[in-house]
Amino acid sequence: MQPTAARFLNILVPIKRCVDYAVKIRVNPQQTGIDTNVKHSMNPFDEIAVEEAVRLRERLKDKVKSITVVTLGPAKAAETLRTALAMGADSGIHIELPESAPPPEPLGVARVLRAVIERRKKMATEEGSGTGGGTTDLVIMGKQAIDDDLGQTGQMLAALLGASQATCASKLDVDVDKRVAHVRTEIDGGAEELVCTLPAVITTDLRYVEQPRYASLPNIMKAKKKPIEKLTPTDLGVDVTPMLETIKVTEPPKRVGGSKVGNVDELVKKLKESGVVAVA
Amino acid sequence: MFSSRAAARQLVRHIKRWQHSSNQPTLNSVTSDDIAHFAQFLPQNSILSTLSPIPVAPSELEQYNTDWMGKYRGSSTTVLRPHTTDQISKIMKWCNQRRIGVVPQGGNTGLVGGSVPTSNELILSLNNMSKVRSFDPVSGALVADAGCILEALTEYITPHNHIMPLDLGAKGSCQIGGNISTNAGGLRLLRYGSLHGSVLGLEVVLPDGTILDNLSTLRKDNTGYDLKQLFIGAEGTLGVVTGVSILTPAAPRAVNNMILALPTFENVLPLFKLARRHLSEILSAFELIDRTAYELAVKHGQGKGLSDEEIEGAQCFVLLETSGGKKEHDEEKLNILLETLLESDSPLINTGVLSQSPAQFSSLWKLREGVTEAVSKEGKAYKYDISIPLASFKEVVDATREQLRRKGLLHENAVKHVLGYGHVGDGNLHLNIVAAAYTPEIEAALEPFVYELVASYKGSISAEHGIGAMKTHAMHYSKSGVAIDLMKRIKHVFDPHGIMNPGKVLE
Repeated sequence: MQPTAARFLNILVPIKRCVDYAVKIRVNPQQTGIDTNVKHSMNPFDEIAVEEAVRLRERLKDKVKSITVVTLGPAKAAETLRTALAMGADSGIHIELPESAPPPEPLGVARVLRAVIERRKKMATEEGSGTGGGTTDLVIMGKQAIDDDLGQTGQMLAALLGASQATCASKLDVDVDKRVAHVRTEIDGGAEELVCTLPAVITTDLRYVEQPRYASLPNIMKAKKKPIEKLTPTDLGVDVTPMLETIKVTEPPKRVGGSKVGNVDELVKKLKESGVVAVA
Repeated sequence: MFSSRAAARQLVRHIKRWQHSSNQPTLNSVTSDDIAHFAQFLPQNSILSTLSPIPVAPSELEQYNTDWMGKYRGSSTTVLRPHTTDQISKIMKWCNQRRIGVVPQGGNTGLVGGSVPTSNELILSLNNMSKVRSFDPVSGALVADAGCILEALTEYITPHNHIMPLDLGAKGSCQIGGNISTNAGGLRLLRYGSLHGSVLGLEVVLPDGTILDNLSTLRKDNTGYDLKQLFIGAEGTLGVVTGVSILTPAAPRAVNNMILALPTFENVLPLFKLARRHLSEILSAFELIDRTAYELAVKHGQGKGLSDEEIEGAQCFVLLETSGGKKEHDEEKLNILLETLLESDSPLINTGVLSQSPAQFSSLWKLREGVTEAVSKEGKAYKYDISIPLASFKEVVDATREQLRRKGLLHENAVKHVLGYGHVGDGNLHLNIVAAAYTPEIEAALEPFVYELVASYKGSISAEHGIGAMKTHAMHYSKSGVAIDLMKRIKHVFDPHGIMNPGKVLE
């Protein structure tokens, strides 16, 4: 991933379709995973990544040459791409998985993303830029997905690409001419200011002041006409078969209700019975 | 012709008012002896009184004596919070014998002062009557105590994939018994109809303590007069609703909503017609928010607003909701509507936003539902809840603002905002006047001005909030003398001593 020669920015935003955060998660009867026949929406961290990419364009205007959103998932993940396109991304790439496929793991996803980036670069050199190909200068993605909460894909992608990385970003500015990104990242007990040379992978935290924008009707209509390229992991030469095997998924034990005690003596007795010992 | 009829009504009203006030029965105050009597069948924590034997500070009664807007204030000494219908029956029997006025109170979220005493009547709080009695997942019939909070009932039936047929901003505090007694309308009326249709039966304690068990779960029951209908919207003047049987519809499997920004108010009606034609059975809400109401909602943090660009040049906004059985089906209908709207040569809308997730769905609703709360944060509100022809919504808001300006009351220290929002689909406008304080000058400028204005459009002075204590004198603007007289005779049949919620609904 070499920086674009011309002083422009191509942004790639990987997004994931997740079970909506407001949905109460239930284990499926086969105990192989969760019931996925529920409301899905874009991973909130990814929504912030899309919002940030669109705002970069609002600030940097024409210097942002393209915003491409990419997702790996079943047919319905295309809806999530349309939402991102309605928010202001230019084009989408859908790497389609069969409905029955097990959810891919971070390393598989990172390899797919690397393949996408390399493919775009190759297309650019073969056909000249401006045909959907081009180098990728900046990857902005959610720091984690709210379904598996793994929080690894961004870091793995940066390592695979040999690119700079800044995780848990809460503020992002790009100096296109100097080809650096100024990032504020959330760390234990405060914030850190980082300067990353492009290309870079930035993962976004939730701590943005503004919520992601609504999709406006004209933009929703425009989004319907924006291109979505369909690929499969095989097209990209990546195997996304999970390395881990899920044996069984169960719900945590039900909370046993508490009870009221009449007086302090009874409380002490109960505490002793349950094996709670005073710490001297 | 109209004006002569109105004049005739006025005349009738004055005669009736005079006759009635001379017949007004005098009611007794609650005494310690009464408290001692109640203590025989009520647990101690069900009695809250400033009288002996266990007097509490008057401040403890504040929340029961004052309505939530802080506009109406009673001076009751005693609140009873019974747990059972039987206890309520005993209370009513005693109060009837003793001629003590009784104000039944639910969540006390009413907007017309119907749920607080006008004087020192006894307050009968239904707070402790909060159990669900049964639910039939096949028919959807839900039977519950009147004190159940609307939102709690919603939560109860959600796992069965049913929803309550009504929904309103106060859902977290209002009680189903109060909803029925005020015939609450709310946000789902367009789709699921009024409570006169969805209530299957009621259990009511009559003023003499008799329990009228009409708690049917039958959809169809044509045996004699449909008595329950009388209590729906009676505002507690005929009896105490203690139990409710209500039909709950199946929950929609797909919901969508959007907010549309309209360049002029004139476009609301054509838009409504177009939306109804394209969306037909899935259209479940069509709500109007004028620019002032929208800006107040955003100012007071009721949900994320649209971008500045999107609201530029908008005179009003419409929140449109669809509820259907299949997402793809609904989306296709919505798409056709949107294409028609956006590709038209003379577009009805500037722009709009469509929610993309449940979070955005609630956020958009918040902008509409939150207007009530935003208004109360902004100042003291005069609320007029009127039914008028859709085409005259804006005229009424503008005429009211002009009236206040003429009277020199439209400034920061008197009336801050005049705004309109409401249920376009039901022809129901909420006209709100936000003032720095409640003053006699503002009231004199508004009343009877607003009522006369509504009457001139042949509208109703109370679409869904009821009459309460606020509008008893104004009922004649919407009801004939014959009708009001018949209401008084019905009231007398149920409550000959006039102990039930005195001073409300009828003068």
